[in-house]
Amino acid sequence: MTQIWNIPGGIHPPENKQQSLRAPLGHIDLPAELVLPLNQHLGAPAEPVVAVGDNVKTGQVIAQPGGQFSAAVHASSSGRVIAIEDRPLPHPSGFAGPCIVIAPDGLDTWINLEPCPDYRAQEPVELVQKIRLAGIAGMGGAGFPTAIKLAPKANQPIDTLILNGTECEPYITADDRLMRDRPEQVIEGARLMAYLLGEPDRVVIGIEDNKPEAIAALRAAAEGSPIEIAGFPTKYPSGGEKQLITILTGREVPAGKIPADIGIVVQNVGTAVAAWRAVVRGEPLISRITTVVGEALDVQRNVEVRLGTPVAHVLAAHGFQAAKASRIVLGGPMMGYAIETGDVPVVKTTNCILAPSQQELPAPPPAQACIRCGMCSEACPASLLPQQLYWYARAQDHEKLEAYNLFDCIECGACAYVCPSSIPLVHYYRAAKGDIRQAQVDKEKADRSRERFAFRQERIARQEAEKEAKRAERAKAAAAAKAKMAEKKSNAGTASDPVATAIAKAKAQQASAQQSPVEQRAKLERQLSAAQGRLALAQEKLSQAETEEQAEKCRAAVKTAEIKLTDVQQKLANAKDAPKDDPVAAAIERAKAKLTMSPLEKLNATIATLSERLQKAEAKLAQAQTEQSAHVEALQLGVDKLRAKLNEAQEELASHSPTTADERAPDDAASAAIERAKAKAAARAAMSDTDKLREQVSSLEVRLDKARQKLADAEAEGSPHVDALRTAADKLANKLADTQSRLENA
Amino acid sequence: MIELISHHPIASALIALGSLSLIFGAVLGFAAVRFKVEGDPVVAQIDALLPQTQCGQCGHPGCRPYAQGIANGEPINKCPPGGQSTINAIADLLDVEAPTLDEEHGEESDIPTVAYIREDECIGCTKCIQACPMDAILGAAKQMHTVIADECTGCDLCVDPCPVDCIDMIPVQTTLSSWTWEPPKADLIATDRKEHQAA
Repeated sequence: MTQIWNIPGGIHPPENKQQSLRAPLGHIDLPAELVLPLNQHLGAPAEPVVAVGDNVKTGQVIAQPGGQFSAAVHASSSGRVIAIEDRPLPHPSGFAGPCIVIAPDGLDTWINLEPCPDYRAQEPVELVQKIRLAGIAGMGGAGFPTAIKLAPKANQPIDTLILNGTECEPYITADDRLMRDRPEQVIEGARLMAYLLGEPDRVVIGIEDNKPEAIAALRAAAEGSPIEIAGFPTKYPSGGEKQLITILTGREVPAGKIPADIGIVVQNVGTAVAAWRAVVRGEPLISRITTVVGEALDVQRNVEVRLGTPVAHVLAAHGFQAAKASRIVLGGPMMGYAIETGDVPVVKTTNCILAPSQQELPAPPPAQACIRCGMCSEACPASLLPQQLYWYARAQDHEKLEAYNLFDCIECGACAYVCPSSIPLVHYYRAAKGDIRQAQVDKEKADRSRERFAFRQERIARQEAEKEAKRAERAKAAAAAKAKMAEKKSNAGTASDPVATAIAKAKAQQASAQQSPVEQRAKLERQLSAAQGRLALAQEKLSQAETEEQAEKCRAAVKTAEIKLTDVQQKLANAKDAPKDDPVAAAIERAKAKLTMSPLEKLNATIATLSERLQKAEAKLAQAQTEQSAHVEALQLGVDKLRAKLNEAQEELASHSPTTADERAPDDAASAAIERAKAKAAARAAMSDTDKLREQVSSLEVRLDKARQKLADAEAEGSPHVDALRTAADKLANKLADTQSRLENA
Repeated sequence: MIELISHHPIASALIALGSLSLIFGAVLGFAAVRFKVEGDPVVAQIDALLPQTQCGQCGHPGCRPYAQGIANGEPINKCPPGGQSTINAIADLLDVEAPTLDEEHGEESDIPTVAYIREDECIGCTKCIQACPMDAILGAAKQMHTVIADECTGCDLCVDPCPVDCIDMIPVQTTLSSWTWEPPKADLIATDRKEHQAA
């Protein structure tokens, strides 16, 4: 005798099982349309593999499993696929969903089946795959894909297989009928599943003791096998998976875990039979036994119905009187749900169609206030506190609901059944569960949104920074360009500036003076050979020139090259013929002579050059004064300086101090020019603001005149630079006006 | 030692207390440095409760700035998309009385919406793409745009910028997987039910 444990709570509602057990298992005609939903199981919907218009045979696959957690769908009779569309589903929402609609041809021609009587010769993995492709899903009501349960993880060895023949819900007798009529198939199914699960230590079929015939039939069929047939006292809801495990093993499945976690697999007896038929006979799941019961029907019995048969068709075959019925319920009175239309089909999980009369199952009376009587918590098989859950469900306090283990509620309805205030407690829990799931979904979405938003902000900031960097780079480049321009301008300015010109000239002279005549000659020779080469090249090009334009260009190039060549030849000849005439050599000679001179002689020479320069400067000054040139003052200053220098030199000569004379800078032309330029700069610095302005005005006037002249020339020639020149002239005019006004103000 | 203490009771007490305070001060100072919390945890907590629509109806440029605002003492009832449940949650967190939603910032809508672009009217101006805080609109210049419905939070910020008014806010469709049981309607007496059954 199997040891039986007790579960907490539970109720004893009227069983109402005899009505449907009086008649034997029946069969009904095929309907005009078979509506096969793609999602008759838990998990992902199956994917259609037939098209509208296809002819299908009984048992043919019409939809493949849509993923691992899914099950196939088969044609439950031969015929033609007339639609793949949304049809009302057997679901409490009453929603429509994708279905394959078949118009049966009435012939019911089967596909070729592949029986496999000796399944022990095959690997369990292959058999599980076979079950998966046969579309077997839990037939007790939940529709869990059976193949998944039969392929437990390697780290979860299964020690107990339980077949659930409890059928604790009132009215439903589908499993009872099956066990009575086909006990050997149930036992074979148990053996198959035990083989698939690696022969667990214990295989037990649990049946409530209100089905003595079924127990007797199974005991007879299981004679001599280790399969236990356990009968136990009737109590609702013993058939719940977790409750049944407790009853038969004394173990409890922890909250949030599945039975496989504690080494147990529970399967419905109907599922076991379907699996056995799928493996041994090769038959896919195309029909199931359904209890058709209720006072609104003439005939109450169990029928084997092809999946996809509309409920209305089943009811019509049993003399349904719509006027008498209070509603149509799919499933039992405790856990079933009312459907609004009879168009919904019978699916893999439809174990009962209940059509009660008003008296039989009246609408529940209005809910009264909870009086905290505690009967619900006594009835709860999951040892929850339904009154607290009700309270928090009404307050929508999700945290508290979870703290009170709402998700351990199996929605059996025992609490609502015993409630003296007729509060639809389970309804509240279902709504609360939905709310919490929705809140979780919303939370996930909000988190994702936050991430997306943050990422977007970051991206925008990055783009902004990149733009800013580019802008800065551009600004820098512009500044650099401006600076360059300004430098160029100032260079040009200094070039035009007499001081800088003088310095540059002097430096150039000095540099050329440093070059020996030999080097110069070598350079010139190099230049000569290069010029000759260039000329040859230009001539060659000219000979090859094809068009007139090119030839013209080449001719010009040849001419330039010729000119250059003659120039260089000339220079070279000069260098060869008269090296003595070379100013550089002359300067060197002079310098050598100077070096050999005694200090006294040097001073004398200095004085001579200085007085000579003074004379020249004075002449220049006089000329400037007569011309009223802007440089008068500068020249004056230069003259003064020269005079001072001359005086100094004379003084030195007088003092005969050779050291001081030696210390003086070599008085060659370059340093003199530098001196001159410096003097000029100093003179300018010494000028008053007004003088400066005045000078600026005059120079600007000169420049403006020049610019105007240039502009006129350009206009006359029609040069493309006219615009640029005009703007330059305008700018100069503006500057001049500006400076003049400043001068007036000063 | 004992003699010293008994001779100078007040001085020794002061020394003892002083040294204790120094030790504990050092411990606290170390803990303050070692276990320093980066950022403002309250802001993060409030932000976690906000619906992240980034709609700006509260007057802030996003949910986090509003969370910051709440942490700085702003009213907590300025978030219409979150509605009363968000207000309650924040009130719980901050341990304050939960006010009702400030209607000035918009009305709470029970029905979540999602933006929908009438694609044949879209001119491909990309204005809605720039407005979308979720990057939930796909498209390119002169190309038709479309909304990634799963990422759309229904903030309706894309509706105004559209020059051709081709964006609608449509209610989110309940599917079989998103369907949940409605909570039961409370009937006081049996005749209530008959009326709404008839209705």
